[in-house]
Amino acid sequence: MRSAVYLMFVLIATAVLYFMMGYNFLAAVQLTVYAGGIVVLIIFSILLTSQISERAVMAPLKQKILSSLAAVAGALLVLMVVLAFDFKPSPASIADSSIQSADSATLVVANATAGTAQASSNIHDIGLALVSYEREGFALPFEVVSILLLAALIGAIVLAKKEKLPINTEISDNTNNDSTL
Amino acid sequence: MIQSIPLSYVLIVSTLMFFIGIYGFLTRRNLVTMLMSVELILNSVNINFVAFNKYLHPQALEGHFFAMIVIAVAAAESAVAIAIIINIYRNFKSIDVENVDQMKF
Repeated sequence: MRSAVYLMFVLIATAVLYFMMGYNFLAAVQLTVYAGGIVVLIIFSILLTSQISERAVMAPLKQKILSSLAAVAGALLVLMVVLAFDFKPSPASIADSSIQSADSATLVVANATAGTAQASSNIHDIGLALVSYEREGFALPFEVVSILLLAALIGAIVLAKKEKLPINTEISDNTNNDSTL
Repeated sequence: MIQSIPLSYVLIVSTLMFFIGIYGFLTRRNLVTMLMSVELILNSVNINFVAFNKYLHPQALEGHFFAMIVIAVAAAESAVAIAIIINIYRNFKSIDVENVDQMKF
């Protein structure tokens, strides 16, 4: 329960990170879907499935030590790689920024190149890119995700209904049970 | 504001989130907390996508859209997983992974 609240704070901090990077729509999506939807779902499932008196069951000590060792080793490895690697921006953006810095006299041209260099991420362009079929468009993953969401919807309905049918046949004399879960 | 922060720092944050999620996934025996660890891992990967998109390829939006699609997939996954968990709780009266071993071979 407490960990669910902490998870919510982590998700909100992630949304703040997206805000700092300038991706406002992604941060809004993160806030609504994660902090608004998934955390509420998780908190409700915790309330539904756990007794208040029972303690959290933890793994045995040996497994705990082993998994913490694995996690720390993996984190150290990845951190070493991250700190050792010298990240360079892609050549296209470097060229655009150099153009922009070189001739500051032609401010209009610089602004135009800056517009192409910094891909705009407002809602209008995101919506157009999601349904466009051109090279910068993302119509296929959009449709695939919509089919996946439909499948998840149907799956959730099937999972919720499977338990309901025998109950209905057992207590069919109870007439007003159609509003139950 | 973001230009004063190097890319490595964002990657360090996401790395720590990823391995905290791994640790929670390995040590917890409760299905809901394991699901929460998976959400943490997905979020750290999302941070990586968005950070690489912002710092290394600011003229493109691929990482942005990939993060959005991952968020949608995570939402669907957690909804179905919680439905399954509640069904398991109805059948077994517990959601510990130790107790749910009926389908174990």
